[in-house]
Amino acid sequence: MVDVTVVGAGVIGAACAEALSAAGLRVLVVDRADPACGTTAAGEGNVLLSDKPPGPELELARVSRALWPELLAHLGASAEWEPKGGIVVATTDAGAAALAATASGQRESGVDAVALTPDQVADMEPLLTKHITAAMHYPEDAQLQPVLATVALLTAVRQRGGEVRSGEAAVGVVTKGGAVAGVRTERETVPCRIVVNACGPWSAAFARAAGAPIDVLPRRGMILVTAPLPQSVRHKVYDADYVGAVASGDADLQTSTVVESTQAGTVLIGSSRQRVGFDDTIRVDVVTELARKAVALFPFLADVPVMRAYGGFRPYSPDHLPVIGEDPRLPGLWHATGHEGAGIGLAPATGRLLADLVLSRPPSVDPRPFRVDRPAVIAA
Amino acid sequence: MSSVVVVGAGPAGLAAAAAAARAGRDVLLIDAESRRGGQYHRQDLLDTTERFPLPPGVEHLAETVVWAVEPGRRLHLLTGPADGPGRRRRTVDAAALVIAPGAHDRVLPFPGWTLPGVYTAGAAQAMAKGQRVAVGRRVLVAGTGPFLLPVARAVLGAGAEVAAVLEANRPRWHTEPRGLAAGLAKAPELLGYLRTLAKHRVPYRTRTAVIAAHGADRLESVTTARLDERWRVRPGTERELEVDALCVGHGFTPRLELAVAAGCALSGGFVSVDPAQRTSVPGVYAAGEVTGIGGADLAAAEGAVAGLAAAGAPVPPRLLRRVRSLRRFAAALDRVHPVGDGWREWLTDDTLICRCEEVPYRALRAAAPGARALRLTSRAGLGLCQGRTCGAAVADLCGLPGDAFARRPIAAPVRLGELIDEENE
Ligand SMILES: Cc1cc2nc3c(=O)[nH]c(=O)nc-3n(C[C@H](O)[C@H](O)[C@H](O)COP(=O)(O)OP(=O)(O)OC[C@H]3O[C@@H](n4cnc5c(N)ncnc54)[C@H](O)[C@@H]3O)c2cc1C
Ligand SMILES: Cc1cc2nc3c(=O)[nH]c(=O)nc-3n(C[C@H](O)[C@H](O)[C@H](O)COP(=O)(O)OP(=O)(O)OC[C@H]3O[C@@H](n4cnc5c(N)ncnc54)[C@H](O)[C@@H]3O)c2cc1C
Repeated sequence: MVDVTVVGAGVIGAACAEALSAAGLRVLVVDRADPACGTTAAGEGNVLLSDKPPGPELELARVSRALWPELLAHLGASAEWEPKGGIVVATTDAGAAALAATASGQRESGVDAVALTPDQVADMEPLLTKHITAAMHYPEDAQLQPVLATVALLTAVRQRGGEVRSGEAAVGVVTKGGAVAGVRTERETVPCRIVVNACGPWSAAFARAAGAPIDVLPRRGMILVTAPLPQSVRHKVYDADYVGAVASGDADLQTSTVVESTQAGTVLIGSSRQRVGFDDTIRVDVVTELARKAVALFPFLADVPVMRAYGGFRPYSPDHLPVIGEDPRLPGLWHATGHEGAGIGLAPATGRLLADLVLSRPPSVDPRPFRVDRPAVIAA
Repeated sequence: MSSVVVVGAGPAGLAAAAAAARAGRDVLLIDAESRRGGQYHRQDLLDTTERFPLPPGVEHLAETVVWAVEPGRRLHLLTGPADGPGRRRRTVDAAALVIAPGAHDRVLPFPGWTLPGVYTAGAAQAMAKGQRVAVGRRVLVAGTGPFLLPVARAVLGAGAEVAAVLEANRPRWHTEPRGLAAGLAKAPELLGYLRTLAKHRVPYRTRTAVIAAHGADRLESVTTARLDERWRVRPGTERELEVDALCVGHGFTPRLELAVAAGCALSGGFVSVDPAQRTSVPGVYAAGEVTGIGGADLAAAEGAVAGLAAAGAPVPPRLLRRVRSLRRFAAALDRVHPVGDGWREWLTDDTLICRCEEVPYRALRAAAPGARALRLTSRAGLGLCQGRTCGAAVADLCGLPGDAFARRPIAAPVRLGELIDEENE
């Protein structure tokens, strides 16, 4: 007998399944493709505090940042976890002022944000442009390999008696007395009292199929990968307009540079944000804009070849907060989605919070900002 | 807005450009190489006589790579030597686009295949034809397919000894009478190759393969073996052979990235086209090896059809019949040179499958399933060649579709500085 079916085996579905199975529930995870092959494989694997202004998302991120290393240690997985720290740099006076203001708010929320002198920055990132007006070090910023992390979470689910099925789409739910009584897949109906919608950017489609539509939309992102290089960028380095791009709902192209080296020697240059539906064709203007900003931060990159571009669709809700909780219109249907550009970082806290709510435990973060019945999420 | 744009100046692209120009359209012919001819008709770089004169009405952009295609038939180009500074960037909007980028030669991995001294058949031929350089003194040619023969001849022509030509199949032509009949015109060419081999006393062995290459820091010897029908080694037939170069070829994989970026539908690992070489995208045509492997004659015939269709001119039924007949022959050739699945048994745990990222077979087996997760957990196909060399083998070994690595929105490496440069058209 299955207690909970999690629909979607991305990092969010995997984290929910892990947390629920750790609490002793029998969990089934279904994915229409293979685990971690959706948005989760498209991200950079940043686990960040630096890019979040004070507010509910930062609270969730702080809990999650603390949980990731604990959880990985508990699961005996490394998932290439690396707390390498981030440096945010401003290149204009206005940018410097905004950065200082954001950092002071973040500090009040308990984030470690250290202002750097020009000499310190030059020491920490010798290849960085000298034309900067301010720099802030965020030692807590970290990264991991999202696919490996997802696989580790799902392995734990299996070890606890749960099941993970690939290549099986969920097509709806069955109800009894106005509440969920099972999930319908392409192949069969699985009786269960709880269904978790963790379909990432496709969550709106599943919610609609389940009869409880929510507003979660795709926001396209693209990343450039260079050829492997001898030189490297030591931290994650962002330009200060990152914060602005994350919070904006503008459909137009936005880019905010994040430059970092990977263990393979390549440099990742992320990333863009654009609302173009599920259109995944290459946009050269986006590539060009990313290149321009990356070279502005690291002039040596001008001579470096890009060999690949990839990306995906960040799942976002119109108010840019994740959706975590039970659907008031259909008891037994839960949503865990809308994590936009931060789902990798926010996954463990999301799983923990969902399990807290399912089991009526005291929640690890205030759940109200993420509830389903927000005007932005449930269309009138 | 350019009229008809043709990408690739091999047999397919040249024929397309000539046909479209004859039909009265302005044609822009783009190719990454400095000289026209493509893969098979690669011209001698030391010889300045032009074998492929430009038809009137065609402008040729040499040393120009198409590094991206955007929807709406917009091509992004870079002109200049790939490794030199100061390549010129420009953008072209095509009223009609003919995609004819050909194929890469395919090499199956086996222990030792990454040693210096092991060449793809195509690279060996290119060196022999383009620079008159032989890849070694005593050379072995191995793999499968009729293209091993011209490669052996080119190597002989460059002055090397060819120790043998090893064909892993034993082509069962009697099962393909119709296909054989369609290819009868090729018989003299084939006989010519065989005569050259005979003259140089080069043995031609079927059902035989190189299953391992050995050497300290470059190739010194190989292990050959007789194979069964599925390419499994027949025990006890292993032999050592001393050679200083090995050319291997196991057929071809189409260069799909431009067609995929343009949004063209694929089927069976090739670009799908209708009888007029139209792809699924309006205004986009494809010809040559991207639509199926079939040799230079078929490529040229398809190119002529595509060029006429792209120019909006009628295609004579005679030409369509010629394409159909050559395709029958190509399909028969393909069926008598299958890649047997027994090659997997040649691999050891340590055999590198992806050479750019040095991913051994062991790591591939331990990787997560699904194309994206597999790549990220094993790193196969993430290196400089972006899966062009290993993609087909990885897909085969991991049960992925053959075109799992075909999506490469950046079709050729481009420097960040080149991206930023103001367009100077
Ligand atoms: C370019 C880019 C860069 C990013 N960088 C970062 C970063 O550095 N740090 C960070 O924290 N986040 C980053 N993100 C965001 C992060 O990738 C996402 O927030 C996160 O992966 C979302 O996970 P998910 O599990 O909700 O969605 P997904 O990973 O998309 O998983 C959803 C799954 O549901 C399945 N599915 C859908 N419909 C059905 C159905 N009907 N039945 C069964 N299965 C179904 C899909 O197959 C898929 O596997 C980035 C995103 C992009 C696009
Ligand atoms: C080793 C070897 C031996 C062969 N022997 C024979 C033989 O004996 N007989 C025979 O009939 N066939 C032979 N072939 C097959 C031969 O390659 C094809 O039959 C023929 O060349 C295919 O023509 P094509 O026009 O489709 O492609 P090609 O001849 O490969 O031409 C494609 C052209 O497109 C260009 N191109 C590709 N991508 C881009 C891009 N992004 N931007 C700009 N330019 C681009 C390339 O530079 C190339 O010049 C052989 C091939 C090889 C590799």
